[in-house]
Amino acid sequence: MLATLFSLSAALPASVSTDNSWINFDVTSLLQNFWPATFDGLTFGAIYALIALGYTLVYGVLNLINFAHSEVFIMGCYGVVFTLTSLGFGPNAPNLSIWAIIFNLILAMLVGMVFSVVTAFVVERVAYRPLRRRGASRLAFLITALGASFSIQYLIFLVRGSNAEPAVTMFIPTPIFQVFGAIIDSQQLTIVIAAIVMMVATDQYIRRTRVGRGIRAVAQDPDTATLMGVNKDRIIVTTFVIGGILAGAAALFYVMKVPSGVIYNGGFVLGIKAFAAAVLGGIGNVRGALLGGLLIGVIGNYGQLLLGDSQWTDVVAFIVLVLVLLIRPSGLLGQTLGRSRA
Amino acid sequence: MSEQTPVRTTRAVQLTESREALGGRKQFLGGWRRRWNRMARWQQWLFLIIVLAAVYYLPVANPWLITTEPGNDFPIACFQMAVYALVAVGLNVVVGFAGLLDLGYIAFFAIGSYTAAFFTSPDSSLIHIPYLWTLPLALGIAMLFGVALGLPTLRLRGDYLAIVTLGFGEIIRILATIIPAARGQVGFKEVGHPPGTASDGQPIFSVSNGVPWYWLAVTVIIVILLLVGNLERSRVGRAWIAIREDEDAAEIMGVPTFKFKLWAFAIGAGVGGLSGALFAGQVGFVNNQKFDVATSMLFVAAVVLGGSGNKVGAILGGAIVAYIPLRFTAIADYKYLIFGIILIVLMIFRPQGLVAAKAHLLTYSRLALDKVSEFRAARVASEQEKAAAAEAAKGVPNE
Amino acid sequence: MSEPRDEKRERVPVENDPNLGAVPESVPNEGPADADLTDIGPDPTPEADTDVPDEAELAEVLAEAGIDEEVAEAAASEREIAVEVGEKIIEVKAVTVKFGGLTALDDVTFHINRGEILGLIGPNGAGKTTAFNAMTGVYKPTSGDVLLEGKSIKGKKQHRITRAGLARTFQNIRLFGEMTALENVVVGLDARHKTSVPGALVRSPRHYREEKSAVERGIALLEFVGIAESANTLSRHLPYGSQRRLEIARALATDPKVLCLDEPAAGFNPAEKDQLMDLIRTIRADGYTVLLIEHDMRLVMGVCDRIVVLEFGKKIADGSPAEVRADQRVISAYLGEPDDDAA
Repeated sequence: MLATLFSLSAALPASVSTDNSWINFDVTSLLQNFWPATFDGLTFGAIYALIALGYTLVYGVLNLINFAHSEVFIMGCYGVVFTLTSLGFGPNAPNLSIWAIIFNLILAMLVGMVFSVVTAFVVERVAYRPLRRRGASRLAFLITALGASFSIQYLIFLVRGSNAEPAVTMFIPTPIFQVFGAIIDSQQLTIVIAAIVMMVATDQYIRRTRVGRGIRAVAQDPDTATLMGVNKDRIIVTTFVIGGILAGAAALFYVMKVPSGVIYNGGFVLGIKAFAAAVLGGIGNVRGALLGGLLIGVIGNYGQLLLGDSQWTDVVAFIVLVLVLLIRPSGLLGQTLGRSRA
Repeated sequence: MSEQTPVRTTRAVQLTESREALGGRKQFLGGWRRRWNRMARWQQWLFLIIVLAAVYYLPVANPWLITTEPGNDFPIACFQMAVYALVAVGLNVVVGFAGLLDLGYIAFFAIGSYTAAFFTSPDSSLIHIPYLWTLPLALGIAMLFGVALGLPTLRLRGDYLAIVTLGFGEIIRILATIIPAARGQVGFKEVGHPPGTASDGQPIFSVSNGVPWYWLAVTVIIVILLLVGNLERSRVGRAWIAIREDEDAAEIMGVPTFKFKLWAFAIGAGVGGLSGALFAGQVGFVNNQKFDVATSMLFVAAVVLGGSGNKVGAILGGAIVAYIPLRFTAIADYKYLIFGIILIVLMIFRPQGLVAAKAHLLTYSRLALDKVSEFRAARVASEQEKAAAAEAAKGVPNE
Repeated sequence: MSEPRDEKRERVPVENDPNLGAVPESVPNEGPADADLTDIGPDPTPEADTDVPDEAELAEVLAEAGIDEEVAEAAASEREIAVEVGEKIIEVKAVTVKFGGLTALDDVTFHINRGEILGLIGPNGAGKTTAFNAMTGVYKPTSGDVLLEGKSIKGKKQHRITRAGLARTFQNIRLFGEMTALENVVVGLDARHKTSVPGALVRSPRHYREEKSAVERGIALLEFVGIAESANTLSRHLPYGSQRRLEIARALATDPKVLCLDEPAAGFNPAEKDQLMDLIRTIRADGYTVLLIEHDMRLVMGVCDRIVVLEFGKKIADGSPAEVRADQRVISAYLGEPDDDAA
């Protein structure tokens, strides 16, 4: 299959860039960098998947998209950056022993998680709970979530200004092995493995534990679950908190991957991509979030190579989202945690 | 539903209930609405003409206290308020009437602006047409984008639409940056303007003179208001409100909900495009820096603040959202934070917004009012008759 | 045609007497739905105009109330009034509905004849509402078919089913709360309106025509169910009973061939139930076919021509109220003891 693609590229002329052109396709670039882009995409995909889980869990329980989840994530990023900066990390990676690096990373991740969890908790308390109490319309929830999202964004803006945080590099990725001629480095491996471990843990938590059973019960039928003695409010807070923990972990990996990418409105586009991932896999479906995240990461990278600008990843992810909604709105793996759409 | 009081449904009970419903609803500016409904037609017209004259006169009068000077030129500030008001009128169709949350309204605004730029700026290689023609063109193109975005999402639940439009708002800005033909930050200079030259040889519609632009914008608002009002008082407006209130019930009552949602979305998008084209004309320059998604949030805030589902509220909300950062320049940097918090607070404590008014949904609402008062008069008469009869029949041991 | 005339005679006291709710004891509560139906009987109130009036008096009362034409005809102005209990209008053929592994409705077959009042009853969880939802397009049946006047409506979009002539009310009232009573009814009338969006934008002559008739017919329908005075009240401000009546008016406004009422008497006191029974009979007399899902046995037995009984998703009986009441399976389904010689 790859061979046919290559022969296709030989037949295509190199793209000509003119001033008034609309879109250029650079097939050669895509084919030359296919495997590195795939593995890099999987790394990003793992991050998207962790954020997507936050959307999926809240959607499963509340049947609402938590618009403020992108801010939960970006607050985690700030937590990670603050910790690492105060530990003395800077644009150049310090020469530390492997155990020191691991210790610092775990510390940064924990702080990131605390930031995210606190944000998620506050969002639930301020923007969701009061409305739930008075049985507001669905539109009202969306609007308060939107308000919360922008309030947090511009609070950060007021405190930290409009520039991105200075870059923090944790360690220099070292090549580990090669697949199809593409180098897999320690960073990619760390992120993908850690993300998958966390997702499996979440999946098992929801399937095996008492709280997880409560979450599933509320997802299926909130009223009956309440009658059966499940504390709905507590379950909802729990899902926000789990989403926050995963977003905090995603924040660490994101800072690792994009050291200078922490900016007040940076969560927004990532949020859209993570949501696209959740829908692609089947919103409300924990395993679907992983699949969707990896796919969005890889497809976005291909789009970037094909179209020539890193911002195309966002456009491609968005187009994928619209196509999924058009063709298979329940996603690849279907919706399991929540009820199907009314 | 909520009022599950098994009351005996005699007419008397119903009557008091309906009196309460008509008059007892707590609302800011609510008294105005009642007074307005009681006015005769000619009084309403007179009132409207006076208000309109004041609105047209506003930038010329440049009243003390209200003026945004010296920080911002007042006529241009008025124009910006008018543009926001127009945006709010359009978004109100989507959010307020049909109950669909469109978070990427800035995208349609951007599409309108770029339409005006592509067809009038000397920087564009496309064919050039007179500026005024770009207004309907921007409306049409934005509507097409609206349909393209609505088709996949409007069949699904409302929050999908919200996040897809949110993404769309950002995507349009990104596309303006990375597509070479859209010229990114370089942008398009000398976007066209309506014809006409003043006595000093300068064009009437110049970049520095906000007054004619403001008058143009207000005139466009009036036309759009009339058209939207026509839709509101027809089966279209009723279908929208029914969808907003209970989409499943509306479908079961025979409303083709998807079709009407798509219409609402497309009409909203069209008005957004129209306001974008107006804006581009006045500013005279279009590039990718002006279409921040955060502005979409301001648009939503305008509709919610004014009172979603009512046109007067939308205009007021739009004007306020544009006015506050221009007037109080010290807090202009905080506007997103302020309006973000206002959204939360309003939704929790006053979801109906500043002007809580019900949409008018019948063309012959006066006929309906008359008929009902006839019923009431007839009932009062028959009750009196009965009372008299009962008086006469006193002593009869029945009942 | 003698039966509908009786119905019309009864309607006036029901609809125009504000005291009716106060005198429920006098209304005979029992009584099978035989040919004469329940007579409103010797009216205890002394007023002359609450006695069964003749046509002249009827017209006078209506004129007094400000209606220049007959309510029922205005309410159903664009339809042929078909009152003969005739051919099958709805056929439910071997319908099965499954949710995952649960079979909510198992191979149920029944039909509704034109012009009759059919009751669909059964203990809780018997599948009444499922059957109802499968007919009205909320659920798509797993297998089987639903025919309306010989044409399949299975799997069609709900608004198309409504336009095909099947209207329904909701067990848990679902009015458009921010609309007035009249506007709610006009939404139903809009199902038959043809003004396009551009037509409404420029106010075409058809728009004006339809709007005018909508207000007139809407008011007439509200008068028909007895809440015309509340026409301009927001529906969420209406008292409970009026909301239930408004639901019926809104469903009637879609000009249905079959009107499906889902537990219309839920939350009603006996007096209100009696009024409702009269209203249902009047609706039938005006040429509608009625499907009634109801818990209240007295109401079902009193108003229905024929009754279908479901239990555990299966049909266990189908016949006249008297037959159903004597059916051993029905008795055991309701009382749970097969050898109880009840009734």
